[in-house]
Amino acid sequence: MHVYLPIAELSVNWFILLLVGGGVGFLSGMFGVGGGFLMTPLLIFLGVPAPVAVGTGAAQILASSVSGVLAHWRRQNVDVQMGVALTAGGFLGSVLGIWIFTVLRQAGQVDLVIRICFVLFLGGVGGLMLIESARTWFRQATAPGVRKRKLHEHHWLHGLPLKLRFRRSKLYISALLPLAVGFAIGVLTAIMGVGGGFILVPAMIYILGMPTQMVVGTSLFQTLFVAANVTILQSVTNQTVDVLLAILLIVGGVVGAQLGTRFGARLRGEQLRILLALLVLGVGLRLAFDLFTTPADFYSLAPEGQG
Amino acid sequence: MMRALLLGALAMLASMPLRAQPLVADLSQHLVAITAGFTGADIVMFGATDGPGDVVVVVTGPPKPTIVRRKGRLAGIWVNRESMLFADAPTFYGVVSSKPIDEILSPQQLDRHQIGVDHVRLLPPNPEARRDDIPEFREALVRARQRDGLFTTEPGKVTFLGERLFRARMTLPARVNTGTYRVQVILVRDGQVVTVQTTPLLVSKIGFSADVFDFAHHDSAFYGLIAILIAAAAGWTAAAAFRRI
Repeated sequence: MHVYLPIAELSVNWFILLLVGGGVGFLSGMFGVGGGFLMTPLLIFLGVPAPVAVGTGAAQILASSVSGVLAHWRRQNVDVQMGVALTAGGFLGSVLGIWIFTVLRQAGQVDLVIRICFVLFLGGVGGLMLIESARTWFRQATAPGVRKRKLHEHHWLHGLPLKLRFRRSKLYISALLPLAVGFAIGVLTAIMGVGGGFILVPAMIYILGMPTQMVVGTSLFQTLFVAANVTILQSVTNQTVDVLLAILLIVGGVVGAQLGTRFGARLRGEQLRILLALLVLGVGLRLAFDLFTTPADFYSLAPEGQG
Repeated sequence: MMRALLLGALAMLASMPLRAQPLVADLSQHLVAITAGFTGADIVMFGATDGPGDVVVVVTGPPKPTIVRRKGRLAGIWVNRESMLFADAPTFYGVVSSKPIDEILSPQQLDRHQIGVDHVRLLPPNPEARRDDIPEFREALVRARQRDGLFTTEPGKVTFLGERLFRARMTLPARVNTGTYRVQVILVRDGQVVTVQTTPLLVSKIGFSADVFDFAHHDSAFYGLIAILIAAAAGWTAAAAFRRI
């Protein structure tokens, strides 16, 4: 049952890896998040060195997002225009993010910053989503069919120049908006080593005002390119992509993603958001717990030059 | 098979003029191959002494610069504060012996020959400047390596067959590092080290694992591209397969 992973330099039970891949893939397909924020901690927990977990996670996220995008594509739930704008911003952002990552790694504080980022973003995003979606659900439950949702709210962000029509999302907004969102996600992606879907999905819903069903496919579309970029960068700079580990995670992951997409299609938008919010909050609380409780061992080891 | 090999080797050793050398020892294998199914390995050493005495076997893995960081509390959060670099900390350090080492050698002797986790030389590059901190950081390093099964001390794992023939066994865990290991077989008599015989042991990836590792390191851009293609193809296949169901 054990298999030796050549890059991670570790022997692991391959059945566990299939299960981990499948579970994360299911959530990925259901919510349109890459699942990196779950995959990376899980792999580290299994004993995979953190850099290998981040690098290999990217390859796995790529596979599940290809699978997910194709499933959503058939349902016409991908806004390519919006996806391209987000991706362009994301590439620029990741350049800045990688530079910040290097500086932090040299200072030996990258682990702490990653954790704090996770706690702040997971907590903030999860909390806001939970409040909003619970309110929507409650409103609909008390007055079914009465309320008709406006396509989107109008505020100062709609006054920005370079306005573009995003047909699929039924939006007429400045192209700077998705670029800026993509840029911010790109920075975080590089620092936190995740696809950023759990931040991107709510950002698309609440900042860009996209319809929830469209958000998932489009987010996966953007994630696909970010993950491909990270896979190449990690392979070239750190040699931390373990193909064997990736294949095992992918086999579980692609199956999980398909099942997740089907399952997600049966749920209502706000139900989907409540579940994602709970998941995000749960992971955030778990990480916050580690930050504040007294560690079992005050000391930690790292190979020279790594955080 | 192992038994026949051992007996053959012992017969060969026994026929040699042992008086000339106080200690003759060898490994059952000089290469530990890490293949796709690797879950750790046992290395077996055997040999003969020229008379009564105790045998200690020390296996030292290739050194790797390692930073030990200490966490401290800052505004309620645990953050890394002080750190210490151990420039040539061994990645593996195993001791097996016929009796507990502190029963057969004095601390001074153990220090001089660097036998045992408490006596092996583990120092930062500028030991004078950090004199007071060293014991704590050193202990933390040893503790972490012991947790991973990479620093081990097992008395009783050297067994004598009669008075002169001995056999030793040491376990390398699955997460062992690759490289050239140093195996020292030490003969102790009357609280003194009589002789030390040193043999290299190669731990190396073989076959698929080795090919993947070399590919990733020598042709990394192409490797990354292949990884992307595999991932994308897998995703596409899954989507196509599930469409028909």
